[in-house]
Amino acid sequence: MDMELEAYLRPPEMPMVPYPPKVITLATSGKMIVRQVDRDAVPILLEAIKPTFEVARDYYDIVGVRLYAELLGWYRYRVRDEFCLVGQIDGLLVGIVNTRCYSPELGMSLHTLAIERGLRIGAHLFAAKMEYSFEYLRQEEVLITAESPIGFRRWMIEYGLEKRDGQHELGGATPYALTRELYFRNKSRLVAGERPVPLELMQVAEREIIVASEEDILEKILGVKRREI
Amino acid sequence: MRPVVIAGVGMIPFERRDEDSLVDMLAMAGLKAMDDANLGDRPVDAVYVGNMASGLFNHQVSVASALVDRLNLMPAAADRIENGPASGGSAVKNGFLAVASGYCDIVLVVGGEKMREVIGPKATDIVACMTHPNAEYIYGVTLPALAGMFTRLYMEKYGVTREHLTMVAVKNQENGLLNPYAHIQMKITMEGVLTHPQAHVNSPVVADPIHLYDCCPVSDGAAAVLLTTEDIANELKRPIVTIAGVGQATDTHTLQERSDPTDLKAVTIASQKAFSMSGIKPKDIDVAELHDAFTILEIAESEHAGFFSKGQGAKALAAGETQIGGKLPINPSGGLKARGHPVGATGVAQVVELVWQLRGEAGKRQVKGAVNGFSLNFGGFGNNVIAFVLRSKS
Repeated sequence: MDMELEAYLRPPEMPMVPYPPKVITLATSGKMIVRQVDRDAVPILLEAIKPTFEVARDYYDIVGVRLYAELLGWYRYRVRDEFCLVGQIDGLLVGIVNTRCYSPELGMSLHTLAIERGLRIGAHLFAAKMEYSFEYLRQEEVLITAESPIGFRRWMIEYGLEKRDGQHELGGATPYALTRELYFRNKSRLVAGERPVPLELMQVAEREIIVASEEDILEKILGVKRREI
Repeated sequence: MRPVVIAGVGMIPFERRDEDSLVDMLAMAGLKAMDDANLGDRPVDAVYVGNMASGLFNHQVSVASALVDRLNLMPAAADRIENGPASGGSAVKNGFLAVASGYCDIVLVVGGEKMREVIGPKATDIVACMTHPNAEYIYGVTLPALAGMFTRLYMEKYGVTREHLTMVAVKNQENGLLNPYAHIQMKITMEGVLTHPQAHVNSPVVADPIHLYDCCPVSDGAAAVLLTTEDIANELKRPIVTIAGVGQATDTHTLQERSDPTDLKAVTIASQKAFSMSGIKPKDIDVAELHDAFTILEIAESEHAGFFSKGQGAKALAAGETQIGGKLPINPSGGLKARGHPVGATGVAQVVELVWQLRGEAGKRQVKGAVNGFSLNFGGFGNNVIAFVLRSKS
């Protein structure tokens, strides 16, 4: 690699304080660890995203391929100031979220991918990335768009987001904004999690990001297990 | 009246079924019931379809006519029966009357609804069309709103607590795990949806005091039963499960007009009629399928149907009497809470579950030695209720 040219191609990086991990007790009593991952984790995340590429249901295909590209771009230093949080239950990867910092003041929420469904995993992880933007990165506003009806209900309706002029970086529907004021108004209702994470739970999460088989991922997303009845 | 036998039952898994149309689902369930009955080439005299709102959900009406054509059952008579969430129960009742009266010998009853074609808030709005247009709907009243107000009153009057409501949800979702046809296949815990300091994020308020996990899901699905005479059932060599009792009763359209809104008179009267006709008493029932669209309803219905005195349903629940293996298992299928509630299908699905239980074919959720079963299909907010008592003669 020509590192001289590479130096031109790599975007500069804004320093970010780390996101402290937390544990969320789910409706099942399962303990979901939400933690930040660095670039090294990206290859295993990409493996988990691949099975969604042909799942049209709930726009998983669009979310999947775009998230894949965003994480790959970050991994290979072609996307600026991105962060990624994951959700794990007993080490198993159950969801991924990412955001790009457009500036120190403005976050650009990118994608939320729930692999396990029916437990508000996506809602919990979305709330976590907003928590990171407002409480740790101290941003003033995060721009949000939705590609699926579920996303629209979870973000625009549940948080009562404010409409904004212009475009979101994803180039989709009219952007909405979560402001600091809106975030803190909704926090007690929508943001869960306890810190510090007990050591034994954290060790399991950090030891390995376990990715379910392609068949299991599709079954979780599509709910097709029982079609033989 | 002639005895009426349920010779065949069929059902498709309740879930979100994007790729199936409503008529597809009705046909699949109907074929299963006819196959289960060993019907062969015998002609079906009539088809009754329980469906609440295909015109609104799917922009399709006359679904009974479409179904007889799809199943090649012409020239069988065909009617769609609409009675809100009790449409399925009403369809079974009409099928029962057709056979019992001698008007028909073989009747196929199918209940179905495809609700996930619209988004959740729209589905809630369509279901809310059953409320009074001028006294309820225009003020934003939905079924969860009515259930919230009813729950608050019931809690105050009878000491029901949110712990009791959550016990219903936990029990029925656990039962749903034993039922491959159930929409919700997930065990929840008291900690996860009630007692943990952050459980309110997992189970947010829908209509206080009702939370997310107090509500049934919005589902697609269909279920079917084949009704006939005892003689024909014997020829078909199927186990004999009879509809021993049928009861139906109505109440005021609006909840506010009832002298005591916590008194579900139509449930009491419909149940009494069904028990009276069957000669079977509540204490003789081995398994019950109640209409738990909201958790409070399982408790309230178990009292109004005569299984427990007022105020004792929650105590029986807490004592484990309504679990599988308890004194009176309620909703071993998972009920509406876990099996799902495609509104037109529910009343038929309840009867299908009872038949499986009374034949000993309910698999891991089997109630041992079940002979007598009871189902209750709750239309409106208790303004049109249908009850059945089923008996196994095999």
